[in-house]
Amino acid sequence: MSKLVLKNVAKRYGAFEAVSDFSLELVEGEFVSLLGPSGCGKTTTLRMIAGFMPPSAGTIEMDGKTISSPSGVVPPERRRMSMIFQSYAIWPNMTVGENVGFGLQVRKLPRAEIDRRVDKILDVVQMRGLKGRYPAELSGGQQQRVALARAIVVEPEVLLLDEPLSNLDANLREEMRFEIRRLHDEFKITTVYVTHDQSEAMVTSDRIVVMNKGRIEQIDAPHVLYGRPRSRFVAGFIGRTNFLEGIRQGSDVRFDGFTIPAAAIEGTESAGELLYSLRPQAVGLAAGRPNGPRLAVEAEITGRAYLGEYWDYQAKPLGGAKAIRVSTAPTSVFEVGSHAWLEIDPAAMVRVE
Amino acid sequence: MAVTAPTIDMVPARPSRAGTFDSTWLLWIAIIGVLLFLVVSPFVYLVLTSFQTEGTGAFTLSNYTTAYGRSRYVDALVNSLKLGAAAAALAGVFAVPLAWAVARTDMPGRGLTRILVLATFITPPYTGAVAWILLAGPNAGWLNRFYMLVTGAEAGPLNIYSFTGLVVVIALYSFPYIFIFTTAALELVSSEMEDAANILGAGPWRTMRRVTLPLALPAILGGLIICFLEAIALFGSPAMIAIPARFNVVTTQLFQFFGNPVRVEVAAAYAMPLLGVTILLILAQRLITRRKGFVALTGKGGERRPILLGRWRWAMFGYAMFVATLAVFLPYVFLVQAAFAKAWGRGFDLDNISLKNFNFVLFEHGTAAKSVINSFLYAGASATIAVFLTLGVAYIVTRRLVPFGGILGFLCVAPFVIPGVVLAIGFYAAYAPPPLALYGTALILILAFTTRFLPIGYVNASAAMRSLNPEMEEAVRVLGGSRLTALRRVVTPLLRRSLLGAWLLIFIPATRELSAAIFLYGPNTKVASVMIFDMSEEGNFEYLAALALILQVLTLPLLWLGQKALGRDFMLRRTAT
Repeated sequence: MSKLVLKNVAKRYGAFEAVSDFSLELVEGEFVSLLGPSGCGKTTTLRMIAGFMPPSAGTIEMDGKTISSPSGVVPPERRRMSMIFQSYAIWPNMTVGENVGFGLQVRKLPRAEIDRRVDKILDVVQMRGLKGRYPAELSGGQQQRVALARAIVVEPEVLLLDEPLSNLDANLREEMRFEIRRLHDEFKITTVYVTHDQSEAMVTSDRIVVMNKGRIEQIDAPHVLYGRPRSRFVAGFIGRTNFLEGIRQGSDVRFDGFTIPAAAIEGTESAGELLYSLRPQAVGLAAGRPNGPRLAVEAEITGRAYLGEYWDYQAKPLGGAKAIRVSTAPTSVFEVGSHAWLEIDPAAMVRVE
Repeated sequence: MAVTAPTIDMVPARPSRAGTFDSTWLLWIAIIGVLLFLVVSPFVYLVLTSFQTEGTGAFTLSNYTTAYGRSRYVDALVNSLKLGAAAAALAGVFAVPLAWAVARTDMPGRGLTRILVLATFITPPYTGAVAWILLAGPNAGWLNRFYMLVTGAEAGPLNIYSFTGLVVVIALYSFPYIFIFTTAALELVSSEMEDAANILGAGPWRTMRRVTLPLALPAILGGLIICFLEAIALFGSPAMIAIPARFNVVTTQLFQFFGNPVRVEVAAAYAMPLLGVTILLILAQRLITRRKGFVALTGKGGERRPILLGRWRWAMFGYAMFVATLAVFLPYVFLVQAAFAKAWGRGFDLDNISLKNFNFVLFEHGTAAKSVINSFLYAGASATIAVFLTLGVAYIVTRRLVPFGGILGFLCVAPFVIPGVVLAIGFYAAYAPPPLALYGTALILILAFTTRFLPIGYVNASAAMRSLNPEMEEAVRVLGGSRLTALRRVVTPLLRRSLLGAWLLIFIPATRELSAAIFLYGPNTKVASVMIFDMSEEGNFEYLAALALILQVLTLPLLWLGQKALGRDFMLRRTAT
């Protein structure tokens, strides 16, 4: 049964529609990310789920009960959710222990039980020794762990995270991604995670909702999202890609500098311009004309960059106008100006809107 | 081990049209009511009264013809404008070099200079005026006597009872406003802005003229305007100096309209130019500082290196000490002398020293001790009301709990444009007559003080609220705590310091308020400032000095508390004024 259901939720400010027609179902224990550039409506959606703002249209249900609709909302304090904020919102006037124990105190648990649970969760986030410290005495990463402990200790029905890692430095951010996923695997709390960082979303999530300008672009598991983006926006936002424009001509599709038989690639039924996404990793580069099932196109190397883990080449098909980006192993070296052969797997060409 | 939580029920998103009020709306209405009472009603009554016939209340313009019908009444208006301009200009001469030296140079004794400016700032203008009467009274003044002693002349050159004397005394005790504004602006000009001018070929003088000064100029102008307004709204110093010098300014003239019999209608009509000038200039000041000042100054401060003055550093220090001598050292030396003297004119002889003045003021005088207690009680009550009221408004406004919350904020800062004297006349017009008949009660003084200092409270409360991330409260609510729990467990503890600071910033000036009190006190509600004013009229300078010193000494622990809670310069920040 679905744990949390958003049905056609919208949020309008005057004429501006921050979120429109947003529908999503989370099953119990699922981890879903809302991913998109700033201003795409992801935080607004999260705050509607939390009950801080009523939707302008649509409903939000938890366990089959409506908790938000334009005519009324269950206030945040009665939703049995918890939330981790961008600023962590650790109360500086309370110690680590008091911060973490606050939600249990509000729930009127006996003192001894509160202590027991606080100690246990602080063990889980490796903060036991700092129970008596004040937040001002903690590092950013430690404050983050307190925020996590405070949110999880109440065993919420749903856990909401609003860009929780954006204030950390790069190394810590990477470490905390795995920490968040580990905690999720341990406690199996239904989670909605808001971020603008695609790798954060990919590491942590079961499914990702890509949002743009208040609308859902695509909802899928991370590998599907990367391999089968459905729109130009998703293909461009998740990872790097080449956009190739083609026109159907008889039994072929004509691209900039090369043609592919229409039967070899997907989505060629419709007439007119066809747009394909081709990941740089799905293209090979060889010095001599390769044999095999893949399409070979002779090209000139017009630019390159060495990034340690791979080479990033720009190769322009002979007779074409636009270079295609290709990622190759660090060992395959081509000089700028030389000719090489592009190897394109037609199955990796994904038709996008 | 499921954690129990309250049941999940729906509540309406907003009150339905049928009008089920929730508690925030009730609070909003209550606050509106209080602000109407404190701010709007005195103002409305002031305007109405100016058009009413005494007794009958019928519409008339005769109050205006009376108020402006005699040339000496009009002269008083002109005198005020001249006084304001001259005092502001002189205050600028005192303040701007000091501010620049303290904020941007390596002048020695910068910390000391700040302390002395603070000492000036917490000296009530009327206390300063009294000290300068002791220093520069026509014959007996200490500076004149010193001059005669040195030169053998028959008479001294100084006469405090003159227009110039009044200008100097007012400038000496209002220059801290310009100092505060200017240092605040200069501290935001980063060295990088000056470096940018240098690297493009501008020398130090050109840089100062073309970059530093223009950046600080709006703030300096703002400070000058505040000084001007302070000077024309002041009652104590002009009453002590201008009246013996046989000229009037607006405030002293208003006081005479308030004498026997009280002609509040004429006073209200006569107060209008003062009110109008204040409103216009405050608007001008806002415009100036908003347009240029803070657009340029809101950027990151960046690094600031002090400008090396070389051998001029001691000359600059000398100037700072010169100003401090006029404003602090000389006045306090002779106030202390008078306070401990049997007769101040007899000088520093050992057998002239006595504690009888303190004894008299504290234990023998009928009302002096009580006036100090009154001052502190009323100031305490006003500060408490103002802080909690403005905190409520700031909370509602910053958290957008109600539509049109901005109106509440506006009402809280509106009294800033009403001079104390004018406010007092409004309060008198509104609440002296039945049914409330508050004239002469403690309540009317407390309410008038509250209104007068609401802007200080609001500016501080809303700054404090804005510094508090709303996520702090949202975290409480999402974990199951109500809005009240959030206020009690998180907001109040976090704002305790700022609220204490705001309380002190109201309390300290309220203990020495004179301009409003002089119009509203009654026989049992005399406050210390009024007491000091009475003693100056009677010429009891020894008692007066003792009382003024008691008031200053009682302020010191409060100052210490404020500095501990908010940092050393808590009274010299821009938000404080």
